[in-house]
Amino acid sequence: MESTPLLSVNNLSVEFSTPDGIVHAVNDVSFSIEAGKTLGIVGESGSGKSVTASSILKLNSGVTASTSGSILFKGDNILGADDKKIRQLRGSEIAMIFQDPLSALNPYYTVGHQIIEAYKVHHRGVKKPEARKVALEMLRRVGIPNPEARIDEFPHQFSGGMRQRIVIATALINSPKLLIADEPTTALDVTVQAQILDLMKDIQKENGMAIILITHDLGVVAETCDDVAVMYGGRIVEKTSVNELFTTPTHPYSFGLLGAVRSLDKSARGSLRTIAGAPPSLLHLPSGCSFMPRCVFANDGHSKCSSIVPELELVPSTHSLSACHLRKDALLKLTTKDLL
Amino acid sequence: MSAAVDTPFFYFPVARLLRIALTRFIVRRIFFALVLLAAVSLFTYLLFALLPTDPAALTCGKNCKPELIAANRVRLGYDKPIYEQYWQFVRGIFAGRTYGSGDIAFKCPAPSLGYSFNQHECVSTLIGKTFPVTAYLSLGSFVLWMLLGVGTGIIAALHRGKWQDRLTSLVTSIGVSLPTFYVGLLVLFSVVIWLQWLPFPHYASPTDNLHDFLTAMILPWITLAVLSAASYTRLTRNGVLEAMNEDFVRFGVAKGLKNRTVMRKYVLRAALIPIVTIAGLDFAALLGGAIVTESVFSLPGMGRLAIRSVTDSDLPVLVGTTLVAAVFIVMANAIVDIIYGVLDPRVRLK
Amino acid sequence: MSSEVLLEGKNLVKHFPHGTKGLMSKPDGLVQAVDGLNIVLRKGQTLGIVGESGCGKSTLARVLARLIEPTSGSIFLEGQDITHVGGKDLQLLRRDIQMIFQDPFSSLNPRHSVGEIIASPLRIQKIVPKGGEKPRVQELMDLVGLNPEHYNRYPHEFSGGQRQRIGIARALALNPKVIVADEPVSALDVSIQAQILNLLEQLQHDLGLSYVFIAHDLSVVRHIADEVAVMYLGKIVELAQPAGLYSSPAHPYSKALLSAVPLAEPRSTHMRGRIVLEGDVPSPINPPIGCRFAARCWKAQDICRAQEPPLGPAKSLLKPEDSLVACHFPENSN
Ligand SMILES: Nc1ncnc2c1ncn2[C@@H]1O[C@H](COP(=O)(O)OP(=O)(O)OP(=O)(O)O)[C@@H](O)[C@H]1O
Ligand SMILES: Nc1ncnc2c1ncn2[C@@H]1O[C@H](COP(=O)(O)OP(=O)(O)OP(=O)(O)O)[C@@H](O)[C@H]1O
Ligand code: SF4
Ligand SMILES: [Mg+2]
Ligand SMILES: [Mg+2]
Repeated sequence: MESTPLLSVNNLSVEFSTPDGIVHAVNDVSFSIEAGKTLGIVGESGSGKSVTASSILKLNSGVTASTSGSILFKGDNILGADDKKIRQLRGSEIAMIFQDPLSALNPYYTVGHQIIEAYKVHHRGVKKPEARKVALEMLRRVGIPNPEARIDEFPHQFSGGMRQRIVIATALINSPKLLIADEPTTALDVTVQAQILDLMKDIQKENGMAIILITHDLGVVAETCDDVAVMYGGRIVEKTSVNELFTTPTHPYSFGLLGAVRSLDKSARGSLRTIAGAPPSLLHLPSGCSFMPRCVFANDGHSKCSSIVPELELVPSTHSLSACHLRKDALLKLTTKDLL
Repeated sequence: MSAAVDTPFFYFPVARLLRIALTRFIVRRIFFALVLLAAVSLFTYLLFALLPTDPAALTCGKNCKPELIAANRVRLGYDKPIYEQYWQFVRGIFAGRTYGSGDIAFKCPAPSLGYSFNQHECVSTLIGKTFPVTAYLSLGSFVLWMLLGVGTGIIAALHRGKWQDRLTSLVTSIGVSLPTFYVGLLVLFSVVIWLQWLPFPHYASPTDNLHDFLTAMILPWITLAVLSAASYTRLTRNGVLEAMNEDFVRFGVAKGLKNRTVMRKYVLRAALIPIVTIAGLDFAALLGGAIVTESVFSLPGMGRLAIRSVTDSDLPVLVGTTLVAAVFIVMANAIVDIIYGVLDPRVRLK
Repeated sequence: MSSEVLLEGKNLVKHFPHGTKGLMSKPDGLVQAVDGLNIVLRKGQTLGIVGESGCGKSTLARVLARLIEPTSGSIFLEGQDITHVGGKDLQLLRRDIQMIFQDPFSSLNPRHSVGEIIASPLRIQKIVPKGGEKPRVQELMDLVGLNPEHYNRYPHEFSGGQRQRIGIARALALNPKVIVADEPVSALDVSIQAQILNLLEQLQHDLGLSYVFIAHDLSVVRHIADEVAVMYLGKIVELAQPAGLYSSPAHPYSKALLSAVPLAEPRSTHMRGRIVLEGDVPSPINPPIGCRFAARCWKAQDICRAQEPPLGPAKSLLKPEDSLVACHFPENSN
């Protein structure tokens, strides 16, 4: 299916200047997403997933962050757009759900006030009672019991999961074309999680919303995403379809990540598999592949690993792009064998 | 999802309930303030009553006859046991009080705080005359300094790192390190005596002569405001910068709200809460500081009245001014707490 | 379950006021966040708690860590009643019980550097570690996988997962006996989750720590817990060892919960029968009489709506003796 993507991110880099030096949080990241599709972003914590996501709405803190590259939404470059244009996109065309639900709500206003506010910025003419009706309906859809009684309460009176549902309700209230969801369900129990993911899928079906879903839960990725990007050290190291990620991961990091997944049925005790070593310091990125110090395959005399940053390239006989110097076919064999 | 639920009619009670929660909080806070006031009045009264000096002996000059002292003691009620004195005093506040009887009775209407033999006036009248001066002085400079401090703080935060920020930080670091007394004299000297931009201040009440009032007030206002504003500039700047890092502020921005709205409803609200607390304390301190300012700028305010009562050993006036000052400090604190509760729902719903 | 009891909660109740009518009247409703729970944590063991969001897990955690006082009921640490301790005793208690919070960001003071945050329990308790504060803090940072170079950074400069590790390091600073961990790993990627879980187990092994461990991720709980309590609307509905619970859940809610776990195998999803719970989560303000799950339970009979099932032995052939369930018609019962 060939169509122009709804959003395309090209060569995005984000740096923060800190007293310790420049933090290279995102390095040369490119991806795109079509309407109606769900792109999962997984990866090491601290690998730049949230920073990438906030860049799409120009939400990185203005003074210390510097951003380069381009982000095209419906063909227009967001990074070059003026304040007014951005404001019209924010919350109406592109909505965002933040990672930390407990601090995403303004503690000084009732939750009703905050949802209605989000609706009314983009629906100027609407009267308050009407907006309130829309808000109540949305709260009901995200599964807040008895919304009429609770809409006038303050955020601190809700549990973590309920706050997250309120945040989700706020994000979805204007039926955005693109939803950026940064770990939307981490705070929720699995039954509510399933309900929220269903809701997102329903809205996606209704109006062709595209979703960028950042999550640590590979189960959620498996159940909801079409494509997946795996991030490590501020770069995308693998881009693939969801099925291929789980059957034939093509990057040593993805491979390690899948190895660490616990299973519900497996008899549990004993040490879990981890990836030995620590993530790279974003202050001084290694000159070659940033995964090199932890990579079990790098030792086999691949001197390129420590000197040249690997590019994303197609792995033969798959649809996966992988940023790894290992001979591509060799990589495929190695990982599959080792996975067993 | 009944129809009734969705009509605007339904949600009024809910909104009202919330307001009631706030009202309850306010009522409770005021009640607490009243109890505190009663305690403060008792304490103040006892403190002065238990001084080793004989209050009656202080009522007339050096060559005073013992008979007169004795008569004054009876007139002022100092012959009664102390709890009765206090009771009389409290009753006087609400019902007014007559000192002595017959021709030489002095009548002070409610709220009576005592009678000053030194100045031959009811203490309430004395305070009534001087209080407005102190109130104008304090309130005026308070408003000015809050506007100045918070205003420049916000500007500095919004232009973080640029010249506006650096300029304010330079000015404020000078401001916080200067004493009021010194700056007051300096300003008075340079503007009035040296440059002669303003005439030497002669206080008049604003209803009598607005021009004189303003020329007398403007220098003390500016002196107090500029000095205190400095620390508020810092507080506001840091508070705003900190609030701008909050996730909920970013979420507000992500909704597509205007910068101004985000600033007002998200950032300032969070940043101003600690400032309100400190402002309340500072306002109380300002009343105390009035003593200095009033002397420097020779304003006929309560601070000067209090100083005079100390040098004259005028006990009733001393008790009266101390009490009124205490009332204001308690009230300022109550108001701060109430504003705090209005601003932050987490406080009021505890 | 032989080892001695370390922390015990008896008939714990925590209600929050909700809304008010008159000026001086009492609140007109109570959020019954925790409503009559008995809970036992044994030395060197881990008690897992799972359940619907909003069912009172965090509230229970805060009550157990004595961050808030229960409305009624009592808490014992090593046999001592700590329900109402205050002042200095409470401060000493903090050495024994530490908490890791659900919310990695707002539990960290934005004004303090990471070093100060991790050192704060030491400072409050006026403890100077051997070799000084900074080396100890950096050791802790290293232990939880934070770069000790970042000692002077501030919380907003860290990613979500890194913030959570700051909270874990802070909880470990005093070498407590009990750690109450409220979703300590849900913000982390799986490989770091694995590291932290291994770390927690290692510490348990080395130092004899005990954990109350709250998580939404059932596979995490399965991995780490010796016993799992399933909560629903302020009550424990099932208490069992993980193996038994996961292979044959006795309470219908447990069963629904397990069926909703997303599996990391894209093709398998449709083969599993996910039990979709119908109906709304009842409000904790006026919870239903009878079984609190009745409105959404596919097995509910009249008795369920009328009479509250007590937490009693699960009369199941598949389960060990000591598992408990609160249901009139438990699964797999004989
Ligand atoms: N304002 C900032 N100043 C300095 N460094 C920052 C700032 N914001 C983020 N970083 C750094 O950028 C890196 C990427 O952060 P980001 O929040 O994108 O990670 P993430 O992939 O979302 O991780 P997680 O899964 O843990 O949420 C981290 O190392 C973080 O420390
Ligand atoms: N301070 C409070 N005032 C009023 N109600 C509260 C307060 N704290 C919690 N509640 C209510 O108590 C109930 C239980 O909340 P709690 O935070 O314990 O849930 P939880 O099980 O931790 O949920 P989650 O998994 O979503 O974090 C919720 O209905 C919540 O709204
Ligand atoms: S490029 Fe080298 S170091 Fe990097 S993942 Fe591939 S094999 Fe490992
Ligand atoms: Mg993140
Ligand atoms: Mg919780």
